[in-house]
Amino acid sequence: MAEYNWPAMAERSWIGKRISRLDGPQKSGGRAKYGSDMNPAELLHGAILVSPYAHAKINSIDTSAAKASPGVTAVITIEGAGKEIQWEGTIIAAVAAETEVQARDAVRKIKVDWQVLPHLVQDDDLSKAGSRAKPAGEKIQGDPDAAKAAAAFRVSGEYGIPVLTHCCLEPHGQVIQWKGDEIVSWCSTQSVSNYAGDLGGQIEVPATAIKVHQDHIGGGFGSKFQSDQWGAFCAQLSKQSGGRPVKFFLDRNVELMIAGNRPSHYAKITLGADKEGKITLWESDSWSTGGFTGGNIPPIPYVFTKIANQRLSHNAVSTNNGPQRAWRAPNHPQASYLTCAAIDDLAAKMGKDPMEVFLANFDLTARGDAYTRQLKKAAKLIDWEANWKGRGKNRQGHIAHGLGIGVATWGGAGHDSRATARIHPDGTVELECGTQDLGTGTRTIMVQVAADTLGLPMDAIRLKIGQNAYPPSGASGGSTTAGGVSSSTRIATTDALNLLFEQLSSSLDNTPAANLEAKNGRIQVKGNPSKGMTWREACRKLASPIEALGHNNPRNPRGLNTGGAAGVQVAKVSVDTETGVVTLDKIVAVQDCGLILNPKTAESQVYGAMIMSVCGALYEERIVDELSGRMLNADMEFYKLAGAPDIGEMVVEMEIDPENDARGVIGLGEPPVISGIAAIGNAVANAIGVRVPMVPLTPRRVLDAMNGNGRIS
Amino acid sequence: MSSPKEQGKHKGSKGEVSRRGFLEVTSAGGAAAATVALDRPAAAQTGAQAGARIAGPGPVAITLNVNGKMLKVNVEPRETLLDTLRGPLDHTGAKRVCDRGTCGACTVMMDGKSVYSCTVLAIDAQGSKIETVEGLTADLKNDALVKAFVEHDAQQCGYCTPGFMVAAKMLLKETPKPTYAEVKAGLSGNLCRCGTYVGLRGAVLEAAQGGRA
Amino acid sequence: MEAFAYANPASLKEAIASLGTNWEDAAILAGGTDLITLMKQYVYSPKKVVNIKGVKELKGIERTGDGGFRIGAAVTIDELLKNRILGEEFPALQMAAKGITSPQMRHMGTVGGDLCQRPRCWYFRNGFGLLALKDGKSLVAEGENQYHAILGHNGKAYFVSASSFGPALVACGAKVKISSASGVREVNAEDFFRVPTSDAEREVDLKPNEILTEIVLPVSRGTKSSTYEVRQREVFDWPLATASVMLRMSGGKVSEARIALGHVAPKPWRATAAEQAIKGQTINEETAGKAGEAAVAGAQPLSQNGYKVQLAKTAVKRALLAAKG
Repeated sequence: MAEYNWPAMAERSWIGKRISRLDGPQKSGGRAKYGSDMNPAELLHGAILVSPYAHAKINSIDTSAAKASPGVTAVITIEGAGKEIQWEGTIIAAVAAETEVQARDAVRKIKVDWQVLPHLVQDDDLSKAGSRAKPAGEKIQGDPDAAKAAAAFRVSGEYGIPVLTHCCLEPHGQVIQWKGDEIVSWCSTQSVSNYAGDLGGQIEVPATAIKVHQDHIGGGFGSKFQSDQWGAFCAQLSKQSGGRPVKFFLDRNVELMIAGNRPSHYAKITLGADKEGKITLWESDSWSTGGFTGGNIPPIPYVFTKIANQRLSHNAVSTNNGPQRAWRAPNHPQASYLTCAAIDDLAAKMGKDPMEVFLANFDLTARGDAYTRQLKKAAKLIDWEANWKGRGKNRQGHIAHGLGIGVATWGGAGHDSRATARIHPDGTVELECGTQDLGTGTRTIMVQVAADTLGLPMDAIRLKIGQNAYPPSGASGGSTTAGGVSSSTRIATTDALNLLFEQLSSSLDNTPAANLEAKNGRIQVKGNPSKGMTWREACRKLASPIEALGHNNPRNPRGLNTGGAAGVQVAKVSVDTETGVVTLDKIVAVQDCGLILNPKTAESQVYGAMIMSVCGALYEERIVDELSGRMLNADMEFYKLAGAPDIGEMVVEMEIDPENDARGVIGLGEPPVISGIAAIGNAVANAIGVRVPMVPLTPRRVLDAMNGNGRIS
Repeated sequence: MSSPKEQGKHKGSKGEVSRRGFLEVTSAGGAAAATVALDRPAAAQTGAQAGARIAGPGPVAITLNVNGKMLKVNVEPRETLLDTLRGPLDHTGAKRVCDRGTCGACTVMMDGKSVYSCTVLAIDAQGSKIETVEGLTADLKNDALVKAFVEHDAQQCGYCTPGFMVAAKMLLKETPKPTYAEVKAGLSGNLCRCGTYVGLRGAVLEAAQGGRA
Repeated sequence: MEAFAYANPASLKEAIASLGTNWEDAAILAGGTDLITLMKQYVYSPKKVVNIKGVKELKGIERTGDGGFRIGAAVTIDELLKNRILGEEFPALQMAAKGITSPQMRHMGTVGGDLCQRPRCWYFRNGFGLLALKDGKSLVAEGENQYHAILGHNGKAYFVSASSFGPALVACGAKVKISSASGVREVNAEDFFRVPTSDAEREVDLKPNEILTEIVLPVSRGTKSSTYEVRQREVFDWPLATASVMLRMSGGKVSEARIALGHVAPKPWRATAAEQAIKGQTINEETAGKAGEAAVAGAQPLSQNGYKVQLAKTAVKRALLAAKG
């Protein structure tokens, strides 16, 4: 059986190098084509009618005027008379027409008679939820009552983190054509290989009849795993329009209402500690919502899972809002915020530096050594010792400075992935895989691995991804892609190379395949580089192409990939105490991530994740109005994201060392997005001297907290 | 995929443009008012008496100067420059993201100034020199800013990136040697969701020092 | 967007002739950043759109005979920012322009458009009408009002004026010129803005058949001015509170002050109590702070926007300190 181990650190030609992403020029120059950029001949345009009410019943719907509207080729009613709608933005009907404006005109002509019903759309006040709040988890461990009585220090606080939306820049949707027995979808999906089966299931068409194309995707973040109802109704619109293709992507407002959100989490937390500062007690009453189905219990206490005595109770609140979807590291950023804020408040109560308290309690985590090492590194990088002062004690004029800590954990082992490597007699190499590049650099790392394995320059590899015609590879979610596709690529190219070696053996004095190596564009005898031939000469000896299928089986990743990433982030902020405006001065991430295939794109993942944390800590939240049931900021004007000037200095320390490297590849999408909000929230508490219970830390919440009105709201 | 020409033809045959009369464009320099199509003859005459020509509300034939080429297309007055570029003209570098003049993904240059093409009417862009990201990075291999974007990994999903590219081109055109603060200010009309600002800031600074962007 | 006819007049006369007698007849298109957004959301659906960018009379920044300035309504924010002399004489205006941090917005947006833009109130933009009434009651008072008015809301109009230049023009004592078929009228900037009492009214003193043509600035000699905006983000963001001040100094003391607040009331809000408070004083942290207190003395914050009282106070203080130099 072949050996697939990664080459030793010193012997890598492409793996582990700072390689610029291969599709960079195409993206920078606007040449990269996304599903939403496709303009096939005879294209029609879709538009939809959505519910303006959070909760309502459809008494009747009349689409006759829409059907007669100029340019219209098809109208589909999705929610008919008698249907009860549970959230604003629910799609009621869809239209296809020659032009987009014609489709929108037709939608305006659909008449719906509504019976408006009472709703609940806000979730920050549990007492207002009534019967919409349902117990969703209890846990008791150890003896919390005794621990409470015995604790030398006790601190209680309230913390809240609201619903966020994914706000993918390319909205959900597709260009789709159902002509005869074949469907082609140019979609925006995190799961190229599973899309056809999912869509086929919706419209009762065999997956084999559906072709999926996606060269690029404009953001997913966990919200684009399914073909979705728009995949289905647009396919129907196409069929009903004589098989002409239909382009439909959600408008921004509907995108923010229904195309996925991250659940809120709120908690009242009590921590107890002994007189040395060791945490002995965790008590929490938490609640959350991710829409009509409520929200799951967050993984709290986060990271510090070994706190001896715990009592948790959780309520899931059902609200009339669009449903949650996986959001980059589901539930972890919320759990990190709740946990790290409580520990930071405990440190303040004890009059101690939180750095000490975190370090003193890392033995309550699964990877205490890693966190200890990382937090010490981070402290150095932000000069914690020189910069930290007690809460509210670091003021210059009206500017208050502060430092804060957050911690993170994640799995990240590779998913089930298959890739085919094909070596042609003319020396060209094809690599095919039904994966997708979300912008993480998947293309680039696959080519790095293939080129490294085959001893070739990177431009010798012709990579094909983004179609379901290629070998199936898992959905890109949960930081599973890097491990999955790098391993399947490594296995496929290693096997293909061995097949080549076997065929060359006779030309090289019957040197056994095991004694041959591919290096610097040559096939040669190990230890005797002069005995060999160029790659092209070698391939010319092939009668027909060689092909090998590599499979990463998550149950046996053969040491190529694994899970278990740890990370810490520390933030430094300035708060204008007269305006409540928070400025992030600097944020430092220390992250382990096994074998880093490409430090450049890996760092980009961490930078991007930290910037997302800035958004979550300072700016973004879904705002819904209880009176009207409407989302008021379903736009990019008041659904606020950080801009280029808003993010301060960012420092990324990837732990690249033999020990981490030996663990194999670990995915990096989620780990760095977890702890930033906690770090920034704690830094603000340190600066202004009081806890702002709820993020994002808007001027309103900061000033309210400073004025003694720090409530969840 | 069909070419812009085919698209235009297709629209003309399916839509109602062919039944309406319109003025042919004779030169790129003509005033916008002279190049817009006249809708119903009666309406056009009324407009002419008052001094201002009226076009629409139905489809009208317009000509846009995009990346130095004169492109004819039929649009309704309510159609935006962005949708016209992305649809019938098949210039898809500019993206539709917020569609409300906030995020900058649709940024193009009009007469040398960066604008949000989602809030420009196509009919209103006649007579202006429109440069899209494709035109501004025509020499993709050698473009200093493209190189710097790649070197600094200033893109992830890449959907906002073309807008940032045009914003960066604008900045360096007006301020060839920007300070760090000026770089940040120059990128203040654009938003990114993946979080590529660290790369973007570094890329624009470096390209400026290279001095060829 | 509903379909509309498009007019592209080359002269002011043509432009005026293109307008109608109702707001639904015709809308004026300049930069488009607001109008096209309103139309896309079906908040406003005019039958005709009159593009005034080709109207020569609306362009240019010029010195007036008496030594003041005339700014054409179609002058872009970018053009205004690049006029160095105007910037030196009216720093308040310059600083307000700088607060519009998006280069694209500066290239597109016009000075007239800034004054005439509709409120950003999210109830208005979501189709609840200008006053956001539901069953005759305002949604704002009990609803999501963190960005709404703390002053001048008189129990009806709770939105805030979105204008960036309004406060600076009020502070500087500017006038605006308005043309219609029946002639030209001149209005104090302060009176141009008004608080509507019904959904059908506008927030500015314009009729559907009128065009705002220019802004007239008085002689600036002997004045100091500044604008301070509290914004959460540096990337383009609407201010949470703004203060513009114009001062005349005599012997180190304030002999005359004009102070206007932005984004805290349905119109740029003249803070006469603050003007009185600072008159006769030297400007320092304490006197400026007291003027800030006076500016918000009559504030009536709503359930979620008490923090804006503090912001307005701070904006006045900082604008005064900045104007003093």
